[in-house]
Amino acid sequence: MERKEWPLWEVFIRSRNGLDHKHCGSVHAPDPRMALQVARDVYTRRMEGVSIWVVKASDIVASDPDAKPELFDPAEDKIYRHPTFYKLPDEVNHM
Amino acid sequence: MYTQALDIPQKDADERGPRAVESPAYEAEFNARIDAGEFIEPKDWMPEKYRKTLIRQISQHAHSEIVGMLPEGNWITRAPSLKRKAILLAKVQDEGGHGLYLYAAAETLGVSRDELYEALLSGKAKYSSIFNYPTLNWADIGVIGWLVDGAAIMNQIPLCKCSYGPYARAMIRVCKEESFHQRQGYDALLQMMKGTAGQREMVQDAVNRWWWPSIMMFGPHDKDSIHVESARWGIKRISNDDLRQKFVDATVKQAEVLGVTLPDPDLKWNAERGHYDFGAIDWDEFWSVVKGDGQCNVDRIAARRKAWDDGAWVREAALAFAEKQAAREKVAA
Repeated sequence: MERKEWPLWEVFIRSRNGLDHKHCGSVHAPDPRMALQVARDVYTRRMEGVSIWVVKASDIVASDPDAKPELFDPAEDKIYRHPTFYKLPDEVNHM
Repeated sequence: MYTQALDIPQKDADERGPRAVESPAYEAEFNARIDAGEFIEPKDWMPEKYRKTLIRQISQHAHSEIVGMLPEGNWITRAPSLKRKAILLAKVQDEGGHGLYLYAAAETLGVSRDELYEALLSGKAKYSSIFNYPTLNWADIGVIGWLVDGAAIMNQIPLCKCSYGPYARAMIRVCKEESFHQRQGYDALLQMMKGTAGQREMVQDAVNRWWWPSIMMFGPHDKDSIHVESARWGIKRISNDDLRQKFVDATVKQAEVLGVTLPDPDLKWNAERGHYDFGAIDWDEFWSVVKGDGQCNVDRIAARRKAWDDGAWVREAALAFAEKQAAREKVAA
């Protein structure tokens, strides 16, 4: 038999205003409206959120874990980008 | 949870060769990450056996949550008050939710939801054998919350630190909700124990029937356990016997406060070990239930099959409707 599943949606929830939406899981649903409904039932049964985003999983473009070194390692030796790199006289060090 | 459907840009040439292959170098790197306490995420390289072990464990766990709705669902229409009915409905809905978190986590390993369901419905995949016991009276619902969910929590807390990120994250969510399950069960039993002699007898009867199956939930003794890699890979962090002992130690006091007797004449404090000793477990019963001869194995799977088959037209219709709407929007645009 041909397998025809409902598409997969990634669910992002803002737990309260002032905070970012955060990825919390995924659901299967036939369309955006039902994806929101299912996400609400599955991920916000205890006031976990005030806003939900659903995004079709196939529409997300992700970086490749194998590309981690070339993407992120170059930042490792740029410690001068951090405020702690600069040693200032004690009197003004809390600047 | 990130998913297998994420679209990763293809690289033309990978100097390390295709990551799908098994290689001692990749495996050494992987083991080093496990040893360093790092989490493994869906698109990271992992040994095929790690992936398969996780699919088996996470999906069995998901199936257990879904089948676990059946014995409790049996009592929704018969709950003794509106308050208890509302609580039980919330609990059963949670079990469904837990199943869904876990299926989503399993799917990140490259298996589809339908494949997972089909494995359950065909009997290829197992679920926790505890759900093959019947719920005979209302006290069973309280005892399931107290003992069965209590045992589940013992099992599940270490999984919150499991090496596979999506599983660990799902388990954190599950554990938060399980605590409500255990407490509401104990609360329902406390209420019954304050009632008539007949109600107290019902509680004791339910405890007598559920105690041994509950401590079997931790699985075979460590010496008989076959999944050694699970410990090496940080999937299982505490052994079956250690978890079982922890559960027994924690439960004795709870039984005392409740005013029930745990049905084990050999259960007594061992000052030398600093733990409770308990009697021999009937492993023949355990294996016979696992292999399909429990009181409710046939009913449980028949109920799941019926739900799946009866829902087929809904799944198809919803998808057809979505496709039609999408086609219309395309024409209008």
